[in-house]
Parts: sequence; structure tokens; C-alpha cells
Amino acid sequence: MSEPLLKVDRLVKRFGGLVATNNLSLEVIEGELHALIGPNGAGKTTFISQIAGELHQDSGTIRFDGTEVSEWKTPARVQRGLARSFQITQLLPDYTALDNVAIAVQARRGHSFQFFVDARKRGDIRSEARTHLDRVGLGDRAGIVVSELSHGEQKQLELAIALATKPRMLLLDEPMAGLGTAECARMIDLLKALKTEVTILLVEHDMDAVFALADRISVLVNGERIATGSADDIRANEAVRVAYLGEGDA
Amino acid sequence: MLKVDEKYIAQTDASPRRNWWAVAGAIVFILCAAAFPVFAKAIGDPSLIGLAIRITIYAIAAASLNLILGYGGMISFGHAAYFGIGGYVVGILYHHFAEGEPFLGFIPGTNQFLITIPAAIIVSGIAALVLGALSLRTSGVPFIMITLAFAQMLFFLFVSLKAYGGDDGLIVRRRNVLFDLDMRDDTTFFYLILAIAVVYFIGFARLVRSPFGLVLGGIRQSERRMAAIGVSTYRYKLTAFVIAGMGAGLAGALMANYSKFVSPDMLHWTKSGDLMIMVIIGGTGTLLGPLLGAAVLIGLETFLTSWTEHWKFFLGPILIVIVLFSTGGLTSLFSGWSRKRE
Repeated sequence: MSEPLLKVDRLVKRFGGLVATNNLSLEVIEGELHALIGPNGAGKTTFISQIAGELHQDSGTIRFDGTEVSEWKTPARVQRGLARSFQITQLLPDYTALDNVAIAVQARRGHSFQFFVDARKRGDIRSEARTHLDRVGLGDRAGIVVSELSHGEQKQLELAIALATKPRMLLLDEPMAGLGTAECARMIDLLKALKTEVTILLVEHDMDAVFALADRISVLVNGERIATGSADDIRANEAVRVAYLGEGDA
Repeated sequence: MLKVDEKYIAQTDASPRRNWWAVAGAIVFILCAAAFPVFAKAIGDPSLIGLAIRITIYAIAAASLNLILGYGGMISFGHAAYFGIGGYVVGILYHHFAEGEPFLGFIPGTNQFLITIPAAIIVSGIAALVLGALSLRTSGVPFIMITLAFAQMLFFLFVSLKAYGGDDGLIVRRRNVLFDLDMRDDTTFFYLILAIAVVYFIGFARLVRSPFGLVLGGIRQSERRMAAIGVSTYRYKLTAFVIAGMGAGLAGALMANYSKFVSPDMLHWTKSGDLMIMVIIGGTGTLLGPLLGAAVLIGLETFLTSWTEHWKFFLGPILIVIVLFSTGGLTSLFSGWSRKRE
């Protein structure tokens, strides 16, 4: 264990006068579930988008799996094993749930410059896609067009697609947002099972979920990391309570 | 790992979705088309054969546009450029063949169908590669504008090419030669075009269901999602753009043969608009929509021009009515024929 799987060093991102990411450093160790919490507008999604390569940082570096990936485009990072899910679901609404996952499996297995085979008859890809759907509990909804899935199911599908890229690290952007209580509990169970297999950086507002799942927690306020530690450390941390949990007198 | 029901997986893999009705329908349709010249002669109006040829050729051009517009979500407003380039390849090669002087001093002219058509496809493909590589740096409205601008540039280039007739275009005195076929006979020529169109549409149907087609459709729905699963979307978009350009080049080359004439009008932006209208009224992202759209537009045009000089005045409202009352184009009225966006 020489280097953490993900090492973000002094990342800065400005939008005009707003500093969304302010000299932010963060390390995620292989195998842990690292939660990222913070009030609205703390810059959590902006931070995730920079790690995923959708936004380009103004300065600072991102190292993943021993390699600097700061200048890599999103597809290259994904192929390296860095996958994300979206807070606001980004799915292919005209395709079925199975197609959505199968296309990710297909992309992972190499280029798709194949013009005359029927993509939906490639049994190996279809069955692998189905295992990912089963994993997130969507097995019996495989043939349903995405636009007809419920919000909760779309959230589950987001996760299945991310899994289909066989990531070494998952960036999950609020997978619980908008879910009902039962769905939430199921998602927590699923993440509990997943964290034994893949490193996860989890952005989440649901504190119960975070405290139940996270090995370590980092707190982001105004684009800055103000604390990192175990669940107990964070609960006890005075600065966090002031800034985030709304206690204290500041 | 969670438990996975193996039996469940096995039964869903195959999902034999081959639609025998579609295959049967296609065969009946082709047979009807093949019988059309006989029908036209029987009712004493052989000029209908020419109409059918033009519809078939435009169907190929519109289908090629549909690949990027309907399936890939790239709204190209300059697709006539490749149609025109295909036509000009036939025209210019014939011109040099007739003059006996090689093109650029070293490429001999020819009137051989088996050479001019592939040449037209390749040249329009190269043009689409160059213009597409530049245009696809943009998306949305800028993409529409830049494709339009490139097409108009080519239009003015051919207008100013006095060596090839400039404004007046280029006459191809005889259709290209293919084996011993009597190409001057419209019926023979119709069967040739029909055969090419059938092969083209079968290839097209396979293409849009292939892994490539699946990715292309994914890019239309969410480019961000495709990037997030590791797909470099630009390469796929450019490939689709080139395939579409080649299809339009094929259609243009066939049109030059049919009408024995090429002119800058083939590249004019209104021609790009016509192709878009065919796709939209037929149904974007459907296999047979462009064919239906071409039939309606060319048919209406022919019918209305024989009736009044101010035909466009009547065409406009008809098109508006079609678009308003058939969400998803005319194919949606026959939804069993072709499933939308597959």
C-alpha cells in the first residue's frame, strides 16, 4: 500500500468570482467507502465532476491508480476504472433498462465499430448486463423502456450502469436522493454489499446512510475540506457542527 | 455477490425478436415495387416510372441523412453537399471521358457505372470526413449553421467552376455503362436503382441494430452518459457522418445518371431542406420513414406542379398538416411496419 487509489492534490475550480473548489486535497484509500458531506452549494458535485473528467480544474492534480489523470478525458478515466453515477440521472430514455446496461458492457469490452451484427443478440453481453441489473434489483424490469421506470428504479439503473464498467472506484453522487424509505434501505444494503468489492467515494445528504456506510467521512464547506475522519470523529468535531450540522453559535 | 438466477438469465438472452411479419412485409413491398413498371405501362402512363426512380433515389439520400439526424441526433443542414458531390463525380468523370482529357492531367475519365459509383461514394465520404471532422467540434445550433455554411461554400465553388459549366451545370450525354444493360430504358434503369436501394436499406437496417447503431442511438439520447461509460463519442459521430455522406454521394451519382445532368442546384441549401423535410414527414429515426417522406414530397411536387404554377403555395400547408397531425412522422401511422428508433 504505497499510494492511495485516488489522490487529489490542491484542486482549484472557479466559476467567475465563485470559488467552487478551493485548494482541495483528498485521498481515498483502496477498499474504503469514503463519504463526502457538506451543505448545499459546498461544491460536492463540482468536485465529483472534476474527478470524473467532465469539468477541467483550474489548477491542482488528480492521481488515480498511480497515474496522473488530470488531463485525461472522461472516457479514458472510465476505461482506467473510474466510474460515476449522476445525481440527476443521465440515462438513455428510449432504450430499455437492459440496453442501457448492455451498452456499457459493450463499451467496456472494446470499441463498438461493428456494423453488421445484431447488438441485441450477443448473448454474453446481454447475460452480463442482466447480472448487473439483478444485482441492483432490477432483474424483472430489464425489458422496460427507461422513460417508464420510476425515479427510484432509474437511480438503481444508474448504479447498474456504473457497475457494468467494472470500476475500481465508484463516484456516487447522491444515489439516495429522492428515494422513498424502503428504496433507501435497499440502496443502503446494496452499497454495503458493494463496498467489499469496490472503492467508493459517496456524496450523500442522508446522514443515517452516511454514518451507517462510511469508513471515513470528509466534510466540504465552500469548496474547502474542513475535516476528515471516522463517523465518531466527525460527530464530535466542533467545526463541522458549526458549519454543517447547524449547532454552536457562529 | 448476490445470488443470480441462472435460469432466468438463460431465457432472456436469446429473446427471438425476429419479426417475420416485417420480413414478409418487406418481400411483398419489393415485389409490388418490382411490378410497378408493368402497372405504369398498363395504365398508359410510363412517365410514372421516372417518378418512381426519383423517389427511390431520394429515399436513399434521405435515409442517409436520417442516420445522423434521426438516429444520431446530429442535425446536419448541409447534406445536399454530398449528394451534389456524388453527382459531380459522375458528371466530371463523364466530361473527361467525352473530351478524352484526363482529370487533373492523370485521372482518366470514365463512363463505367462500376467505377463512377464507387468513386462517387469514396469522394463524398472523404468530403464528409473533412467537413465532419471540423463541424463535429460543435453541436446544437452552431452545428446546424456550420454544416449549412460548408455546403453553401461548396455550392458557390461549383457555381464558379466554369470548366464544369458553372451555373449551368454539366450535361451527361449518356448514362453510365453497366455490362450490356440498356441503361437508356427507364424500366431497366428502374430495376437497377431498385436493386441498389434494396441492398442499401437491408444494410441500413442491419447497421442501426448493430453495436455501432446502438452506440449512435445512445449518443443521441445522452452524450454525457455515453462518455461516462467510456465511449469517445466524437469518433462514432464522425464515422456516422462519413457513412451518411457516402450514402448521399451514392444517391447523387444515381441521380446524375438518371437525369443525365448535374448542376450546383444539387448542392443548394434548399435541397438540404428537402432532404430534411422528407426525413421529418416520414418519421425521424425510422427505417422506412425517409422512403415514405420521399414518396410524399416528390409525389406532391409532381402532382401539384402539373396542376398549378404556384405549387409551393399549396405544398407548404399540406406539409404543415402532415407534421401537425402525425407525431413522429407518417410511419407512426403504420407503426407495425417499423419500430421507432431501433
